[in-house]
Amino acid sequence: MTETAKSFRIYIPRDSAALALGADRVAAAVAAEATRRGVAIDIVRNGSRGLFWLEPLVEVATPAGRVGYSNVRPSQVAALFDGGWPACAAKDAERDVSHENPDGSWDAAMPACVGRVEAIPYLVRQQRLTFARVGVTDPLDPADYEAHGGLAGLRACLALDAEAACQTVLDSGLRGRGGAAFPAGIKWRTVSRAQSVQKYVVCNADEGDSGTFADRLIMESDPFVLIEGMMIAALSVGASEGIVYVRSEYPHAIAALEAAMAVARREGWLGPDVLGSGRACELRVAKAAGAYICGEETALLESLEGKRGVVRAKPPIPALSGLFGQPTLINNVITLASVPFIFAHGAQTYREYGMGRSQGTLPVQLAGNIRRGGLVELAFGVTLRTLLDDFGGGTASGRPAKAIQVGGPLGAYLPEAQWDVPMDYEAYAALGAVVGHGGVVVHDDTADMAGLASYAMEFCALESCGKCTPCRIGSTRGVEVIERIRRGDTSARQVKLLHDLCDTMVSGSLCAMGGMTPFPVRSALEHFPADFGLPDGAGCAEAA
Amino acid sequence: MVPTPHATLASLLARHAGRAHELLPLLHALQDTEGYVDPAHVPAIAAALNLSRAEVHGVITFYHHFRSAPPPSTVVQVCRAEACRSRDGEALVAHVQARTGAHIDGDACHGVGVESVYCLGQCALSPAVTINGELHARVSPARFDVLLADAVASKEGRHD
Ligand SMILES: Cc1cc2nc3c(=O)[nH]c(=O)nc-3n(C[C@H](O)[C@H](O)[C@H](O)COP(=O)(O)O)c2cc1C
Ligand code: SF4
Ligand code: FES
Repeated sequence: MTETAKSFRIYIPRDSAALALGADRVAAAVAAEATRRGVAIDIVRNGSRGLFWLEPLVEVATPAGRVGYSNVRPSQVAALFDGGWPACAAKDAERDVSHENPDGSWDAAMPACVGRVEAIPYLVRQQRLTFARVGVTDPLDPADYEAHGGLAGLRACLALDAEAACQTVLDSGLRGRGGAAFPAGIKWRTVSRAQSVQKYVVCNADEGDSGTFADRLIMESDPFVLIEGMMIAALSVGASEGIVYVRSEYPHAIAALEAAMAVARREGWLGPDVLGSGRACELRVAKAAGAYICGEETALLESLEGKRGVVRAKPPIPALSGLFGQPTLINNVITLASVPFIFAHGAQTYREYGMGRSQGTLPVQLAGNIRRGGLVELAFGVTLRTLLDDFGGGTASGRPAKAIQVGGPLGAYLPEAQWDVPMDYEAYAALGAVVGHGGVVVHDDTADMAGLASYAMEFCALESCGKCTPCRIGSTRGVEVIERIRRGDTSARQVKLLHDLCDTMVSGSLCAMGGMTPFPVRSALEHFPADFGLPDGAGCAEAA
Repeated sequence: MVPTPHATLASLLARHAGRAHELLPLLHALQDTEGYVDPAHVPAIAAALNLSRAEVHGVITFYHHFRSAPPPSTVVQVCRAEACRSRDGEALVAHVQARTGAHIDGDACHGVGVESVYCLGQCALSPAVTINGELHARVSPARFDVLLADAVASKEGRHD
């Protein structure tokens, strides 16, 4: 990219969250206005920083750093230039903008200057390892990627043999971020040691959970880090083909990944001779077709083989017999995107973050009824209260928060009494909750928890793969029982029936779809009995 | 030149012939060009990929993404998942139905169809919708009306 001395470099995100709020039209308006006024500018379409309430967040590079303007609308661009923009950004960098609570105000007459973006507390307080480049770089610029530390991990990996590479992952303590939290290093070693000519690496980018967008943000805003992670994985386990299975609801992510793969191929980061090592690995994207269950790894493999996404019984585990019966490493986007940091900076450095057996960082996705929703990458151990108050700034509605669902549609609803428990796999398991993929969905006091419990069952009925009866039929019965209770039949018999149904689903389901749908249902019933028309305590299994 | 449906199908069948595992890419390509997967094509697809008709039909009906009939001229998808629900997403659904006259996941009305979708990855900016594939976040009923009017106008060729 060439830049004349007087040209202003302006960053306008192309992440789908920014696009969903008009970023493309903002970029067009900025370009047109600059041309009309003869102001030399150079627009970079960066990713999003994940501070979504500020989007579209337009940044101007100044000697003091990048200065941000939040919630920019196309109709406001001319007035912005009238005020001396973008030249005034240099002065705005010095100006005393209150960083304490930079607040997006979607209805504001003019964009707000949020000052130096890197000084915004929401960002400063994070520990961004995996998301370090997100929003900073141009997602499709290979030089920008390398200038910000990219490829160091892959280069380090090329110097190791497969055993040592798998050991690095094991030593880092990294556990799968897709939900089950299985130690990544053990899985890698299993695939690595399996004897086969053909092996695969499959990246699970199905991200079906409500409240999650970390995978999407990586794919759209720093796709190279995922590509690098997949190459490290492929070399470590001996795979020559990698496939990213992306949900069809993410067309922008699919386009970004495909574009990034083409660049990476051109640069020799993948293909027949990875970074001149003489080793080969090809990558491609497979588009899913709107079935939640295809996020489950064996259903995903069935889908990749061209079939209906019906869950396979394990064993055999995919690590030994996966895609087309060959050894297959399946990891989530974030798991794979975390690996370049681990190889570049060492397993021990990564391990220093976190607590107990939950090591490294967890990208938390703050969503739902929250004032400042976005991506918060922190070492394990943060509490929901800190996330809600310090990062999120409370609910968007301004009403008291009531229940927080963590870990997607199969995760429990946590009442306020549990908001001080540190986020860690074991601590959450002790509550009967899950961390899952780190999705945090806040509901305020107007939420109808019985309605949400009913919806959880309905979603299971809609998305069940149909293989086992407790999940396929039990979920429909679950909706019926909850609706009966909601209509006023609050007898102990109905409550007991619902608990029995939940027990059957937990113990009789092949996968977590049927096995975990009871988590949101039971937690709603136990902690918010009033929403079901029940007296205090009447929602508990023991009471029923 | 816009290929005729038959030319599209023929080239897809040739490209994926004998490769049963490429059924999804084939169906995606077909739907991307024709707007839906015509059940009349099932026998030809089955024969080309060495599958039974039941298998092909089973796949098309298993995945929510595939349509078996042409879509209405304007398709509105409203997210029904939890994060959107937490911000009055269901009230938005009611508004969209009232505004368009269409019933969600039911029949279209005056060329506008309304469908459920379960998460568009905009959960921090809920509620979210798509209109003819274009994504919109933080959608209030009033904003929806403007977006729908724009989308219908641009479909009709009025780009103002
Ligand atoms: C119903 C269901 C849905 C799932 N959806 C996803 C998903 O969308 N993304 C994901 O990475 N893992 C999902 N998983 C977990 C995967 O089965 C699997 O554990 C994961 O891809 C392994 O990768 P990891 O070890 O890196 O987490 C799901 C599991 C179940 C039971
Ligand atoms: S629990 Fe449900 S989704 Fe999972 S295998 Fe059984 S029927 Fe399929
Ligand atoms: S829950 Fe609606 S966009 Fe995610």
